[in-house]
Amino acid sequence: MAPVKVFGPAMSTNVARILVCLEEVGAEYEVVNIDMQAKEHKSPEHLARNPFGQIPAFQDGDIVLFESRAIAKYVLRKFSKSAGVDLLREGDLKEAAMVDVWTEVEAHTYNPALSPVVYECLIYPAMRGVPTNQKVVEESLEKLKKVLDVYEARLSKHDYLAGDFLSFADLNHFPYTHYFMGTPHASLFDAYPHVKAWWERLAARPSVKKISANMPLKF
Amino acid sequence: MAMKVYGPAASTNVARVLVCLEEVGLDYELVPVDMTKGEHKSPAHVSRNPFGQVPAFQDGDLILSESRAISKYILRKGGGSHLLREGNLSEAAMVDVWLEVESGQFDSAMSPIVFQCFVVPMFMGGTTDMKVVEENLEKLKKSLEVYEARLSRFKYLAGDFVSLADISHFPMAHYLLVGPHASVIDAYPHVKAWIADIMSRPSVKKVTELMEAAIRMN
Repeated sequence: MAPVKVFGPAMSTNVARILVCLEEVGAEYEVVNIDMQAKEHKSPEHLARNPFGQIPAFQDGDIVLFESRAIAKYVLRKFSKSAGVDLLREGDLKEAAMVDVWTEVEAHTYNPALSPVVYECLIYPAMRGVPTNQKVVEESLEKLKKVLDVYEARLSKHDYLAGDFLSFADLNHFPYTHYFMGTPHASLFDAYPHVKAWWERLAARPSVKKISANMPLKF
Repeated sequence: MAMKVYGPAASTNVARVLVCLEEVGLDYELVPVDMTKGEHKSPAHVSRNPFGQVPAFQDGDLILSESRAISKYILRKGGGSHLLREGNLSEAAMVDVWLEVESGQFDSAMSPIVFQCFVVPMFMGGTTDMKVVEENLEKLKKSLEVYEARLSRFKYLAGDFVSLADISHFPMAHYLLVGPHASVIDAYPHVKAWIADIMSRPSVKKVTELMEAAIRMN
């Protein structure tokens, strides 16, 4: 079987989202860099893979996909059985629903609160040479605290978000949280001991360590 | 015990869940949540949706939030798995791709437009911010170009079969059609035809009526 291909820079959060799942199922893969500075993501070749001109894109034989969460689920569905992992829980109605719920929460609630801090503190200064917008950071941190209140309550009852089992929902939190830990506001998590412990469990996973190595915190 | 959906029918996220229940024909009860009185932030509601949002959903002792998660649960349980295609790797992936696009591109452009054109004047006594509307209409048009190309090749978004990816668009599409910017789809004939097709589904017609009734009551 030919290795699957993931198109996009390895340090990109949405590329990492897919790569950590590939690592969890032990699938062979190749990362094909897309040069964002040179606008390669808007080239006709890439638009044929991702019509919105974004990264990542993905190829497995004839199958070409975009949208990192859809790609990651495809990877998990295809390779999980042979790898002996079950991160989607599609065999159990209730468990699958809980995985879906917390995957949606990451996308709609956790990420919108946390990612502006990553963009303002790390990404924009490095890539656009602009100073951090402290107002955006402060507003985001206030939202994030409210979100982490809910996470703390949840993770006080269960080791992982969907229940007492690691799932796709937890792994989805890794890429942006990894970069958040490189901002001056990492210590925010200290006020949420169960959240912090959950993050440390995730960060200690071999798959997460391996992919993190290609995501330097200094740009 | 019938499944319960908590939230106003006029909410696009509530409507998304209702249409899935209608598709599979499961019994349900719609429990109102009066957002104008802050009921979505009440302890009772927050115990069901910890972020104080709508919808919340209950099936026996299972309580769920997040409309797209609830929708999938309903379809899987109620015999609507043909709308998800989870038995087929590549088809399921295409459903997932376009469900992500619905959320990330269509909904994210439509939501501020609907907020400015409906919620602000009707519920908040304010004036529509046309700058926000114009910016998001431009984003919407760029997305619709991609949809047009896709729907020129396939009858539906995930392929030649209807799926949750298509149906998930209906609540915001409804507000687009009844709002002041409906003509934006005229430039995209395949998109226009596809929307008309989705809106003609019996499940969608039924929920559209519920949405309209809820708005008339206000």
